[in-house]
Amino acid sequence: MATLKQLAEKEELFTGGHRLCAGCGIPQIIRLILRSVGENCSVVGTTATGCLEVGTSIYPYSSWRIPWIHSAFENASATMTGIEAAYNALKRKGKIAKDKEIKFLAMGGDGGTYDIGFQALSGALERGQDFVYLCYDNGAYMNTGIQRSSATPFGSATTTSPAGSAIPGKTQWRKDLTRIVAAHNIPYAAQASAHNWKDLQRKAERAFAVKGPAFLNVVSPCPLGWYSKPELSMETAKLAVETCYWPIYEIDEGVLKVNYKPKEKKPIEEWLKLQGRFKHLFKEENKGLLKEFQDRIDLEWARLLDLDGKHI
Amino acid sequence: MKRRLLTGNGAAAWGARLANVDYVPAFPITPQTEIIETLGSWIDSKEMAGRMVTLESEHSMVTAAGAAAATGVRVFTATSSQGLLYAMEMLYTVAGWRAPFVMVNVSRGLSAPITLEPDHNDILAARDSGFLQIHAATCQEVLDSVLMAYRLSEDARVRLPVIVNLDGFYLSFTREPVEVPKEDKVLSFLPPFDPENIRFRASTPISQAVAVLGGGPYSYFRYETHLAALNALSVFDEISVEFGRFFGRSFDAVEAYRTEDAEFVFVMMGSFATKAKEATDRLREAGWLVGLVRPKLFRPFPKEHFLKLLKGKKGIAVIDQNISMGKGGVLYTELASVLYGSLDDGPVMASFIGGLGGRDISSEEFFEIAKVIRRAAEEGKAPPPRLLYTEEELREMRKLQVIANAERNQAGKRVGKKDE
Repeated sequence: MATLKQLAEKEELFTGGHRLCAGCGIPQIIRLILRSVGENCSVVGTTATGCLEVGTSIYPYSSWRIPWIHSAFENASATMTGIEAAYNALKRKGKIAKDKEIKFLAMGGDGGTYDIGFQALSGALERGQDFVYLCYDNGAYMNTGIQRSSATPFGSATTTSPAGSAIPGKTQWRKDLTRIVAAHNIPYAAQASAHNWKDLQRKAERAFAVKGPAFLNVVSPCPLGWYSKPELSMETAKLAVETCYWPIYEIDEGVLKVNYKPKEKKPIEEWLKLQGRFKHLFKEENKGLLKEFQDRIDLEWARLLDLDGKHI
Repeated sequence: MKRRLLTGNGAAAWGARLANVDYVPAFPITPQTEIIETLGSWIDSKEMAGRMVTLESEHSMVTAAGAAAATGVRVFTATSSQGLLYAMEMLYTVAGWRAPFVMVNVSRGLSAPITLEPDHNDILAARDSGFLQIHAATCQEVLDSVLMAYRLSEDARVRLPVIVNLDGFYLSFTREPVEVPKEDKVLSFLPPFDPENIRFRASTPISQAVAVLGGGPYSYFRYETHLAALNALSVFDEISVEFGRFFGRSFDAVEAYRTEDAEFVFVMMGSFATKAKEATDRLREAGWLVGLVRPKLFRPFPKEHFLKLLKGKKGIAVIDQNISMGKGGVLYTELASVLYGSLDDGPVMASFIGGLGGRDISSEEFFEIAKVIRRAAEEGKAPPPRLLYTEEELREMRKLQVIANAERNQAGKRVGKKDE
């Protein structure tokens, strides 16, 4: 496990000058993950259509100092399937040294992972592709201008689930993708947060180390879509964890481990109040929704603690 | 050279086997399945060295095919109909990547109504995707097309994916004697894939398939792809000469049958053109000066070949096994755009649509078509487009509708009784 200083000394594989927004959680997630690829390993990447792709690859510039390809919105997993197959073929034919360690990284946002890319992801997990899938979850289709996805939190206002007098934002709970992914019985699946570099880095190292599919679901603050202050992004991410809206845990070879248990679970309002997308929940008439939100979090958290340390 | 009794699907599989492909991403669909089953069994028995992976959809299948080809290995895949359309987004994408590989499409009519039998609306939906297209009419041509397609696709002047099309059922499940060339001969004609500047190697940073801002860069890349597709015209002719030298049979971009002295010419694609060939012989016996022109290469469109073959003809009947709703036959439209203004005193053209969903085109119908085009030439006036359908067929259809209505009424009564 590298120290922060050691990490900082590693080669930067994701350069600055990209077009992602100020306060966006994505770049630091990517930088940290690319730093976590083992020594003497090469990494090959693909990114689903979305903020990360558009923000880093406008011709003739690129932020990627790795072999990187963009494919389409829904098929990062299938793209990596083809690339991995090609590398295996090149190894079989002796065109690449058989013992050369190559890591495969597919990246997508929550729309490209939870929704439109779910079929391709599920297929690649079931086939046991040897790759790491990173989902940066900012909780909506942010690249197209904040539309609700199946990862959007309950109550959140988006441009397709606006908070009005008839409907108070999104009325459904978010899809629990990490658990769904884990149900494919893959070697490693984890939930992490952009603010906790140590936890995220350890998880990324583990994800690259296992043979077979590994999945990282990382909450990524989006000042544009969350209506939050860019300078408070890490604070906002931290509160998602402290309130247990976004528990950080892992399922390693089938055993679930909650990696962080707040000494004192903060009320969900603490997280919500930093974000304009939840502003309407603080109106008098929506008090019931706040309670509903808190009750659901309490229930999910209790369920998770029940599973802590167990084979699931 | 061995001759084997092969189905069109079997011939396609042999093409992939002889091309010594590294990777076969697959997904089953009728009537294509026999191709991937055959390849699967060969790989399983170590008769073939590549690897096959069944993806979870055609969209992912074409994605994986393009991604592997862009990484620098030889890829084969196959699909049909609904599957081709499901993958359509990626057809455009991987062609834009300039990823060279070969995909076989076993033509089948599109839903709705859903059917298993062939026409060309599936393959023609891919017309503008950047994939080149070769259309086979016999099982031998299926095998030969796959080998030609790899040469064309991987040529540095082209570098585009190629679809080889064969008709479902009529070719896919029909056995014909096929000469299967020897491996060493194929290896000389089609050496192992040399990706040259196609590189996507670990430790060598490179960004591929990036976004562009604005119409200028976008147009640049799109024009480049178009020009590469046009390059394929002369490259195809070049490879076709070599093909003849290696295997002793020709593989021209356009087949011309009894056209030299013909006054009237049928133009058709795919296996149904063999029906036109048969009709041509019969019409000749009856004293008609008719011939047949059949493009094997459809993208790029072999304009010059057509102009040469159709110069001086009195009339042309284009029989399309496809229908563009609200317009008509696609091949007719394409050919008309080529002939217009290119030939002095150009021939009269007539459009016929037939063979949809595998509907037969009878010998009598070809006689009727010949009559229509002769009359048109005499009158110097193009006739209205015709949809081939007989009174007998319409009567049968009406019968089915009567039965369907009766069934519906019966079912309605049964439900009604329950409600009481």
